[in-house]
Amino acid sequence: MIRSEILREIAPILHDQLVVCNIGLPSQELHMIDDNAKNFYMLGTMGLSSSIGLGLALAQDKTVISIDGDGSVLTNLGTLPTIANNVADNYILMIIDNGSYGSTGDQPTYAGKKTKLENVAAACGCENVVTVQDVDAGKALQAAIDSKQMTIIVVKCDSGNIKLPVITMDPVVIRDRFMKAVAS
Amino acid sequence: MSIDKKIVDDLVANDVSFITTVPCKQLAGVIEEVDARPEIFHIPSNKEDEGMGLCAGAWMGGKRPAIIMQNTAIGVTINTLATLTQYYRMPLPMIISYRGELREPVACQVEMAVHTKALLNQLNIPTYHFHKESDADELDTILKYTFMCNKPVAILTDASFWGGYGDQ
Repeated sequence: MIRSEILREIAPILHDQLVVCNIGLPSQELHMIDDNAKNFYMLGTMGLSSSIGLGLALAQDKTVISIDGDGSVLTNLGTLPTIANNVADNYILMIIDNGSYGSTGDQPTYAGKKTKLENVAAACGCENVVTVQDVDAGKALQAAIDSKQMTIIVVKCDSGNIKLPVITMDPVVIRDRFMKAVAS
Repeated sequence: MSIDKKIVDDLVANDVSFITTVPCKQLAGVIEEVDARPEIFHIPSNKEDEGMGLCAGAWMGGKRPAIIMQNTAIGVTINTLATLTQYYRMPLPMIISYRGELREPVACQVEMAVHTKALLNQLNIPTYHFHKESDADELDTILKYTFMCNKPVAILTDASFWGGYGDQ
């Protein structure tokens, strides 16, 4: 499975949760599959999906799911020790690990070579690190939500992209409706 | 009252309750005070752009954030300031140690100091420079201004403000 197929499969689970979605194609795909006020789309700032999600989870009680990619986590690798040392049991980081920088043309990442992000996360002190294959992403996500424990899920999948348009929604509109959904 | 305590009192009085910090010798007393206050969730970050991501999330979650960092971080965070904090119109007080100014003992610090105000100006970031201790009287007003306009705002605090570098 490729990332867009995984997002389509887990969309019904994501629908009821606050989601912070990574820049580029992941946000465009989620926007196309199930646009709603509980999705925060990143239009810039590669690497910060996990940080924004953690800050949000620490600030309020609702479950927050950050959807990130292996390339973006590598960009902001310092996020993993911060997550490990500031446990928010309403926080789930789902790393869709396809071993490539999808939005820029599928150049290989080091996570697709020798670096194992699940091992990095564990070495940083993250306590619940789950590694699954693409077909089990939904099951793992639902289990993490039900566990009410901070969880890092690394979903191994194929690289590959679908063609779709950029998000033209105004960033302040995305942010404003998201904040209203958070507060509701 | 110590200046460290006054700064943190102003943050608390303005309902700032989520503060991320990157270590700094000049701001060490402020960071210690932030860590000691029960009203504040203190989350050290490994890099300042990461910290700004944490602050963006915390603000969307209903908490008023702030970041404490050195001016070298302006070089690290320009993309984040432009494409996250400013683009989504979010408030962020940045209490910044302004290294490389008068009384600076480390020559390399001057290299970023000479760019600091120019970069902040280029980004249209409201910038305040604390040089004398009485300049901090404006902090309360600056914080109110920041959360009124939903912008990142820079508060540069130089070595003279902090009373120099001890024996240097």
